[in-house]
Amino acid sequence: MTGVGATPISRLRRQRIRSAWLFLAPMLVVLAMVAGWPLARTVWLGFTDATFGAADRAQWVGLNNYVYLLQDPDWWGAVWNTVLFAGASVALETVLGLAIALSLNARFGGRGALRAAILIPWAIPTVVSAQMWSWMFNDVFGVINHVFLGLGLVDQPIAWTASPDTALLAIILVDVWKTTPFMALLLLAGLQMLPRECYESARVDGVHPVRVFFRVTLPLLKPALTVAVIFRLLDALRIFDLVYVMSGNNRDTMSMSVYARQQIIDFQDAGYGSAAATLIFMIIALFTAAYLTLARVGREA
Amino acid sequence: MTGHRDRSVQPRPEPPLRARLRGVLPCLAAAAALALAVSAPAQAGTLSISCGALGRELQLCQDAVDAWSRRTGHSVRIVSTPNSASERLALYQQLLAAHSPDIDVLQIDVVWPGTLAPHLVDLSRYIPQAVVDQHFEALIANNTVDGALVAMPWFTDAGVLYYRKDLLEKYGETPPQTWQALTRIARRIQAGEREAGHPRMQGFVFQAKGYEGLTCNALEWIDSFGGGTVIAADGRITIDNPHAVAALELAASWIDDIAPLGVLNYDEEESRGVFQSGNAVFMRNWPYAWALANAEDSPIRGKVGVIALPRGGDAGHHSGTLGGWQLAVSRYSSDPAAAADLVAFLTRYDEQKRRAVSAAYNPTIVALYKDADVLEAVPFFGQLYDSFAHAVARPSRATGNRYNRVSAAFYNTVHDILSKPDPVTPQLQTLRRRLERLSRGGHW
Repeated sequence: MTGVGATPISRLRRQRIRSAWLFLAPMLVVLAMVAGWPLARTVWLGFTDATFGAADRAQWVGLNNYVYLLQDPDWWGAVWNTVLFAGASVALETVLGLAIALSLNARFGGRGALRAAILIPWAIPTVVSAQMWSWMFNDVFGVINHVFLGLGLVDQPIAWTASPDTALLAIILVDVWKTTPFMALLLLAGLQMLPRECYESARVDGVHPVRVFFRVTLPLLKPALTVAVIFRLLDALRIFDLVYVMSGNNRDTMSMSVYARQQIIDFQDAGYGSAAATLIFMIIALFTAAYLTLARVGREA
Repeated sequence: MTGHRDRSVQPRPEPPLRARLRGVLPCLAAAAALALAVSAPAQAGTLSISCGALGRELQLCQDAVDAWSRRTGHSVRIVSTPNSASERLALYQQLLAAHSPDIDVLQIDVVWPGTLAPHLVDLSRYIPQAVVDQHFEALIANNTVDGALVAMPWFTDAGVLYYRKDLLEKYGETPPQTWQALTRIARRIQAGEREAGHPRMQGFVFQAKGYEGLTCNALEWIDSFGGGTVIAADGRITIDNPHAVAALELAASWIDDIAPLGVLNYDEEESRGVFQSGNAVFMRNWPYAWALANAEDSPIRGKVGVIALPRGGDAGHHSGTLGGWQLAVSRYSSDPAAAADLVAFLTRYDEQKRRAVSAAYNPTIVALYKDADVLEAVPFFGQLYDSFAHAVARPSRATGNRYNRVSAAFYNTVHDILSKPDPVTPQLQTLRRRLERLSRGGHW
């Protein structure tokens, strides 16, 4: 690079960098306005006693909100529910999504139509599907209990969304139903990028399909899998609509976002709620960083 | 919007400019003309009102508002607000905190006067005392904050008990007067019907999801046992008492006995779903369920009776939680007098009668409960007069801004009591300590 004629190249580069920034500027300004500013304001509000109705009269209270937050058992319950929900739903969605992606990757008639059809649960707005499922889970007139009773699987109707033992499970199941197609689609895209040669040589060598999956497909799919899991994990950790529609502000199933909303909207405590929102942001960042580090360590090993 | 405004405002500054060039006297005249022109829109200007849009509410509101417009020459804009009460409150608070004149007349829930009072006009300056006195005393008391009448009652609500006339008749029972009787009858009919080939029959459904509705239900149980209203009018925390314990112990015994376990996640509509599909003997709900249970397509049409909620034992009394909506005028309204006149028009006798007859909205004017036309349209208004007149208010006035926290702490505790087998007394003690912390020792 630093050979003969360094000056004209670097001038060209400077020019390019300048125009790159010029092109980026509108996007950066928009990002700063729609993401940077609200985030900064939320962080700032988290250190004040702002109320929802009078955010302008806020007083600086330092770390008080965080001290209260960390002492609130309801907050920790919400954190635990969210982590449990995210872990279970993302794990199930990954396994099921991979299975569906593998079967859809095979060649058969009507594959295009089927690919479109499995996306239907993902296409229904969450509020609608959550309400639909909560009627289906109803213990008296819900269709799920009707089927289970008819098949003789249970002898008493199960109050899915009411009992603390099954409410979170029901929410996880609905999320799996809804988001598995999305996962399958992401993984299918990954599968179609894989080089054909590896499979051909495996077939020539007569390797067992299960071995092919674990030795060829899975390692090659790992980058796509990592991206898909991060996407879903970020999404699952800020779960709100599904939980809110299916069981409202119930403490047994409350997620971190439901907790923050209740503080800000229902209790009008914008300062405290913003502290919770900031903490959610940090927890999600932490999870992402941890997952990326683990994935990198795994790849290097 | 701005385009309209520009067109109407721009020509006006011109006369004084020209006038100033010609002399002082025409200048003054023009200035006076300008002042008139500016103040004129305020006199026959546009008011805006927020009406609910549940069921027929919006149409009823529109008709009445049009009638008022024709009389006064003011034009009125109806602002649509979220149907969910808590979201509507959040929207109001944002607007009012910004001192926005966007909404002149606000439709507010019965538990909001304490929260919104600083932003509302004292209506007693505009509406004569004699008119105010026509309304239920409890509602006027509820809407009076620190001596100011911040809202006029528009329609009221109270929890009532629905029962299946046909089933009670079949088993030779009369409608229950106490919760204990209800428990016994529900258990008997539930068992009988299940044996007779109706396996999904439930004795009693109500609202026990962890939300505001559970606060309303639990308040009725506790109050009917003489256990108070969680927090007394003077701010004292009264929840930790033996009557409240007895009421909640009885309620906890219903779960998975006469009430399905699923009731722990039922709101109004889910309990109505069970009752209206013919799967329950008793239901606690608001009066709105009456018209729906008797609709053309209802399987239980004509088989439903309504009575006051039972007493808590022979020493207790009938109780129903006060609900309903009020109309208030924003302090930031550009024309509070006209807005107050609209409120007076919408809440007056004739208008409330029209709403009661055509859509079964409960009037807040005492005399309408004796009006022949109203009673013909909705027969149970007469029988349940006492329930509506003496409905028990949630402790929103004493707790002001912190009411939502109090309610959440209360319904969470009750939800735990109903869903877990732990003894009641220690949980109420914990709730009391929690409320004491919230209120800094009863000083709300």
